[in-house]
Amino acid sequence: MLWDTILLALREIRRNVMRSFLTILGIVIGVASVITMVTLGGGATVQVTQQIASLGSNLLIVTPGKRMGPGQSSASAPFRVKDVEAIARDIRSVAAVAPASTKPVMAIVGNENWSTTVTGTDNQYMKVRIWPIKTGRQFSDSELRAGAAVCIVGDTVRQKLFGGLEPLGSRIRLGKLSFQVIGLLEAKGQSSMGTDQDDLVLLPLRTFQRRISGNQDVGLIQVSVRDGESTEKAQRDIERLMRERRHISPNAEDDFSVMDMKEITRMLTGTTQVLTGLLGAVAAVSLLVGGIGIMNIMLVSVTERTREIGTRLAIGALEREVLMQFLVEAVVLSSSGGLFGILLGLTACLGLKNVLRVPFVFNPGIVIVAFLFSAAVGVVFGYFPALKAARLDPIEALRHE
Amino acid sequence: MTDSGQTDKRPLIELQGVTKIYGTGHAATHALRGVDLYIGDGDLVAVMGPSGSGKSTCLNILGCLDTPTWGAYTFKGVDVSRLNRDQRARLRRYYLGFVFQGYNLLNRTSAIENVELPLVYRGVPARTRRAHARCALEAVGLQGWEKHSPSELSGGEQQRVAIARAIVTGPTVLMADEPTGNLDTARSHEIMQLLVDLNRQQGITIVMVTHEPDMAAYAKRIVRFMDGLVESDEQNRSPM
Repeated sequence: MLWDTILLALREIRRNVMRSFLTILGIVIGVASVITMVTLGGGATVQVTQQIASLGSNLLIVTPGKRMGPGQSSASAPFRVKDVEAIARDIRSVAAVAPASTKPVMAIVGNENWSTTVTGTDNQYMKVRIWPIKTGRQFSDSELRAGAAVCIVGDTVRQKLFGGLEPLGSRIRLGKLSFQVIGLLEAKGQSSMGTDQDDLVLLPLRTFQRRISGNQDVGLIQVSVRDGESTEKAQRDIERLMRERRHISPNAEDDFSVMDMKEITRMLTGTTQVLTGLLGAVAAVSLLVGGIGIMNIMLVSVTERTREIGTRLAIGALEREVLMQFLVEAVVLSSSGGLFGILLGLTACLGLKNVLRVPFVFNPGIVIVAFLFSAAVGVVFGYFPALKAARLDPIEALRHE
Repeated sequence: MTDSGQTDKRPLIELQGVTKIYGTGHAATHALRGVDLYIGDGDLVAVMGPSGSGKSTCLNILGCLDTPTWGAYTFKGVDVSRLNRDQRARLRRYYLGFVFQGYNLLNRTSAIENVELPLVYRGVPARTRRAHARCALEAVGLQGWEKHSPSELSGGEQQRVAIARAIVTGPTVLMADEPTGNLDTARSHEIMQLLVDLNRQQGITIVMVTHEPDMAAYAKRIVRFMDGLVESDEQNRSPM
């Protein structure tokens, strides 16, 4: 009986191919956008996660200010060099600790100029980031202590400013001051957020503080944990130490945060997820509109087929059988819209993956959810017209012109 | 087999004091004002009367499409006026067949599928359905027209399909509401002959509303309505 009803519904839909197509267009677009948004968003998340994982799982980042949510933090007192030294001295499980203060600057060599980011740090930076020097050398102790005007450049900065020329020994102007290039970092490529990691200039921290920022602050502290030691424990130890050093009373919350890679991943993907969620909501609205379209056309169909309904009722169709017939028709309409939408959405994802450079990650969950949702739209919006059909008085319906 | 041989058991259809009022208060219309009517098994009754005499209302009540405001309708010993909508639908499904003036076939649906329709609601499997429908089409003289849709058939042929649809379930009673109303004279006589044959050969009781004396002349019994009451009820001494 149900199979008969489905066949009947399919035939009814075939009778008005154009109208049926236009009716389900709303659902098709809604489902296609949900699928596209969620699949691309998922791809982006996977990409970010993979790239962060490739950084190594033993990296901790200590930043001043309390985390409020994805990408937000409250302002609070910055770190000092003494904090960095304290972590290195007091926490045994730590392999390397590097301060890092950054500022965007304009770098100039001859006629070439390039806006980049300058980072004040020390030799631990290369250790923490597992980032060897390709040619040249590290900062010497005396350079670090004295705040000498020397710098190590990333590969992008070299390309942009020196082209084919030898950078080592040359001078580079950052803002108003001139620095001597003593080293060149290995090329590292794009970061998880799509930024160019090689677009940087490293200075000794003291040089940065005196000549670039003009204060004694340390922007953040990067810590790498010794192999075999627990990151969670190191994280807790650092938290305890920093609370002590920053005189935070036992009841007060931290005014800094220690993030491990998991949290950083969460922070970075959080933004993507919020965006995915928002776009998904917009798509859901279009599904709603599509549902109203289905209700509208089903009401028209019930009016057009009043005599047919009357005949069916007269020859012995029960109320619920007529209800079922129209409900099944609405569901077949909406779920075929869902199917087309899924196909369209997946095709769009495959097409966009090269344009947006996001990997295609098939998510069967969202495909099933989208299909069920589209079927549910048919049930919800088909119910009222179907009820209207089932409740018709057979005598009135038979007389209907 | 010429006369319907009135036996002492209860008749198939009993209407007792059936009254039907549409609307309320001043707008109330008395379509039927206390009709008593008995129809025995195997009868062929023509119901006649001018427009507004209540004949169609009476047929709707007999066909269990409508319920009387007052009075009793007993079909096969069952008091129909006490049945709910679904119970009446089941009664129509298993015992009644309908033929309408406007045929009421489903558009863009082949003749055989139209005939199969009542069997679908009876839950008959597709294969059996097809066989029964083929037989019914044969009985109305439409073998070979199974695949044609109503728009490809003449009025007379469409009414034959409608009759096939009504008899495919082997109903006890066939309700026909002006079955020849949309047909020319020649076609009308063919349809009437078909109904008479069904009555004689298959023993189907037929109640037919008509306003054409020529068509009523085929019936064994003619009931005339006037202003919501049975005006006359006589046996047709010489049915055609």
